[in-house]
Amino acid sequence: MSDWESVIGLEVHAQLATVSKIFSGASTAFGAAPNTQACAVDLGMPGVLPVLNREAVTMAIRFGVAIDAEIDHHSVFARKNYFYPDLPKGYQISQFELPIVGKGHIFISPSEGVTKEVGITRAHLEEDAGKSIHDQFPEQSGIDLNRAGTPLLEIVSEPDMRSAKEAVAYARKIHSLVRYLEICDGNMQEGSFRCDANVSVRRKGDQKLGTRAELKNINSFRFLERAINHEIERQIALIEDGGRVVQETRLYDSERDETRSMRSKEEANDYRYFPDPDLLPVIISDEDIARIRAALPELPEQKKQRYIDALGLSDYNAELLTGNRDTAIYFETALAAAPQLSAQLANWILGDLTGALNKTGIEVTSAPIAPAMLAQLVTRITDNTISGKIAKEVFEAMWQGEGSADEIIAARGLKQITDSGAIETLIDEVIAANPEQVAQFRAGKEKVLGFFVGQIMQQSQGKANPGQVNAILREKLKP
Amino acid sequence: MTLKSEDVRNIAHLARLHIDDDAIDQYASDLSSILSLVDQMNQVDSSGVTPMANPLDATQRLRDDEVTEIDERDKFQQIAPDVAAGFYRVPKVIE
Amino acid sequence: MTMGVTEISRGLAAGKFSSVEVTQDYLARIAQFNPALNCFISITDELALAQARQADARLAKGEAAALTGVPLAHKDLFCTDGVKTSCASRILDNFIAPYDATVIEHFKLDGAVMLGKTNMDEFAMGSSNENSYYGCVANPWNTAHVPGGSSGGSAAAVAAGLAPGATGTDTGGSIRQPAALCGVTGIKPTYGRVSRYGMIAFASSLDQGGPFARSAEDCALLLRTMAGFDRRDSTCSEQTVPDYPASIGRGVEGLKIGLPVEYFAEGLDNKLATVIDTAVGELRKLGAEIQDISLPNTGLSIPTYYVVALAECSSNLSRFDGVRFGYRCEDPVDLEDLYKRSRGEGFGAEVKRRILIGTYALSAGYYDAYYLKAQQLRRMIKDDFQKAFASVDLILGPTTPEVAFKIGAKTDDPVSMYLQDIYTISLNLAGLPGMSLPVGFVDGLPVGMQLIGNYFDEAGLLNAAHSYQQVTDWHLQSPELSI
Repeated sequence: MSDWESVIGLEVHAQLATVSKIFSGASTAFGAAPNTQACAVDLGMPGVLPVLNREAVTMAIRFGVAIDAEIDHHSVFARKNYFYPDLPKGYQISQFELPIVGKGHIFISPSEGVTKEVGITRAHLEEDAGKSIHDQFPEQSGIDLNRAGTPLLEIVSEPDMRSAKEAVAYARKIHSLVRYLEICDGNMQEGSFRCDANVSVRRKGDQKLGTRAELKNINSFRFLERAINHEIERQIALIEDGGRVVQETRLYDSERDETRSMRSKEEANDYRYFPDPDLLPVIISDEDIARIRAALPELPEQKKQRYIDALGLSDYNAELLTGNRDTAIYFETALAAAPQLSAQLANWILGDLTGALNKTGIEVTSAPIAPAMLAQLVTRITDNTISGKIAKEVFEAMWQGEGSADEIIAARGLKQITDSGAIETLIDEVIAANPEQVAQFRAGKEKVLGFFVGQIMQQSQGKANPGQVNAILREKLKP
Repeated sequence: MTLKSEDVRNIAHLARLHIDDDAIDQYASDLSSILSLVDQMNQVDSSGVTPMANPLDATQRLRDDEVTEIDERDKFQQIAPDVAAGFYRVPKVIE
Repeated sequence: MTMGVTEISRGLAAGKFSSVEVTQDYLARIAQFNPALNCFISITDELALAQARQADARLAKGEAAALTGVPLAHKDLFCTDGVKTSCASRILDNFIAPYDATVIEHFKLDGAVMLGKTNMDEFAMGSSNENSYYGCVANPWNTAHVPGGSSGGSAAAVAAGLAPGATGTDTGGSIRQPAALCGVTGIKPTYGRVSRYGMIAFASSLDQGGPFARSAEDCALLLRTMAGFDRRDSTCSEQTVPDYPASIGRGVEGLKIGLPVEYFAEGLDNKLATVIDTAVGELRKLGAEIQDISLPNTGLSIPTYYVVALAECSSNLSRFDGVRFGYRCEDPVDLEDLYKRSRGEGFGAEVKRRILIGTYALSAGYYDAYYLKAQQLRRMIKDDFQKAFASVDLILGPTTPEVAFKIGAKTDDPVSMYLQDIYTISLNLAGLPGMSLPVGFVDGLPVGMQLIGNYFDEAGLLNAAHSYQQVTDWHLQSPELSI
């Protein structure tokens, strides 16, 4: 296995978040009853014509700028001709020789501390096809054209990835980016973000690329990793057995965790591309690009760098916080309420908050603890109102909806004891009650300190300030 | 340029057109004469000439992103060959 | 003699007759003469009368537009909401259009009346109207001869007085050539002048809709309504539409007219050439300056056209697949069968030939040699015209190389049919406006003269034609119709 190398490229189809379709004024809203959002243009009625949606173009340019790509000032739509019932005109309006976005790149972090640049060959605009359903009618398939005409940005990577892990890191990065740019909602279950993987293998050192298979029908990052790994194994086994990999499309079956060959839709794959005569060349000026660049939201890379430089976060934490736009928003909102506590907030969000979210299976946008509330909790630790340990109890209570940190601290009487006099008294009591352990400590047994601390915490219901306890205890235990 | 029957069959398949077997030869002959006509284009050297996309060299106008169409499903499906439960129906497609 | 559009418009405005009366007259003529001529695929008599009644009400209120109440016929390629729109094809024989073409909307807004949908070559593919699922149209001047195509039904209807005006479409000459063969006036506007939304597409970069009528004056009125920006058509121009009827009285004194030497070479029937010469003489008398010009790439226009048009149409016709509308074959075995038999049985032979050639021209390995090359030649042809227009205002020539041929004379040889388009095709490739007007007869059959203008100079064309028509009466002649 180790003298094999896998070569992977990804094609992502991101549905752009416009309200109307790319070439018609029908709605793109998800979930409508079949064919209620398919107007004459989407249905390919005789005589209808396409007109291009400005917002789709703007979104494509935004993406291009974000990946440092060349934006083609003169871009052309082409017809991709083939017959399929979910393709009403018998051709898909796409882009062929002159896509709107040219070569670009992004950086991925497949594992901690590792950065890799992945090239993007191009990104182009095209219209989505409709949907076919095969299980509603006995001998027939049903066609719903609501989705036909929804704008897609097809993002094609260079075959730069060498493992399923890298592929997933890339997919996640693109997913994060399109959501940051607000050009796609990234909902993989609803099909607004689709990944196809092109996978081939070759012996290490080989310059030539092996024959590749295209994997389709993958709707989660977990499945993406599994499908690619499965395909790599399949190809290696095939070649080692003396067989040859065939260039084909394979569908991933998540239930069986395997890929199987798809019965060819269009065996010849002769799409007969030519420029669509119903559409004219799209001219984009330098002013257009500058305007869009200026209006870009802060991108994950910039944000991450800012977290490191200005907020003093570690590379790792910054990467994690910015990986998901909603998490970053949560963090920044909390930070606004407690501007000095970036490191602590980072830890609480990446630790306790993420843990609780995962356990409950909800997204950060649905967290029962609002960012400002978390900020208040963390502030109460740093201002010594409560200890870190008590804070975890308060967090739990907040998660259950019992109120704000202050309310819970008051209600449960959790305020930390910081009065040194009171602490001294407590310590004196415990020391007096445990002469054996005192002797042991003075004899050199350091570990016994823990026993005393434990006792003091118990006596104080955990409210004694641990720092002060430690300091005063050591003083008093000095021989 | 001469087309053989096999060529006609291939193109007919790409175009999803059924052609009766006894008509294939006539089509091959007709298409061949049309292609000979078309081959006259090769008499001229056009290297360096920019292909014309549109007679007026016009460029694409952009449309504002707004929903302007209403649900007219019933009207459109009234003229459909086979619809049920809002879907268009075709012989089952196996993927 | 039946009236022209302008005359009817004035008559209605003056209260000389009502729209209902005029409409009934035309419907009666249609009932009488259409069976022999076969100009109409659908006659919408009830709708026409309802529209006529509405028009009369509007006229009475003084809220009429120029075309309110004027009965017209429309080529069966324009989608008409609720009315059968067949493109003369079996594949759309059962198609009731669910919306109106923009051109039809324009006429409706003006309150014009629709008499019916006219016969044509299937999907606008043809030059003789012999390719119709509903049978050939007869030339009213000699019913053994073709009326021309593809808008043969509209041209013949106007020639026979079954409608004072009619719409057509022109991709390679389909308005001008039938206008010439039927002795009526027709104009193909600049590409983008008239919206193509709802005008079922043959070749998207070549198609344009335009009017037929008995005179340039009438055409001006009709074109003014048809033309104009439509935001549903990306290829439609935003240029304002001039008031064509107001632009036609300027005369042609000093107008420079170019005669391309290539249009008067071999291939042009001698007698026809003589008729054209006489017409040119009339224009000289009116003060026009005639000079020879050259359009060197004329010979390339036919092969270029056939690649571009057929490639585009092969793709445009893919939507006719039996799935959402139109003809579906019986008991399809599987999806492949559904497609192949619906399309194989639904399309006629000429349409199938063209789809096959177009598919071939675009298929793997041939794009550069065919489509790309043709688009380069197109630019060269356009450049020829631009050079010519640097020294002349209009270009003039015969519309067709011969007068109307006999029905069946060219059906065995598709290429000989294609050569009919030699003078008309290059304008479509360049996107320029052109018109045909009647200038005489050869062997009892009409001869048409073509005028070609620069971009958006429809007013110049109509003006020159009108000037000619004020000193001649070819356009006023009508065939004797036998039942």
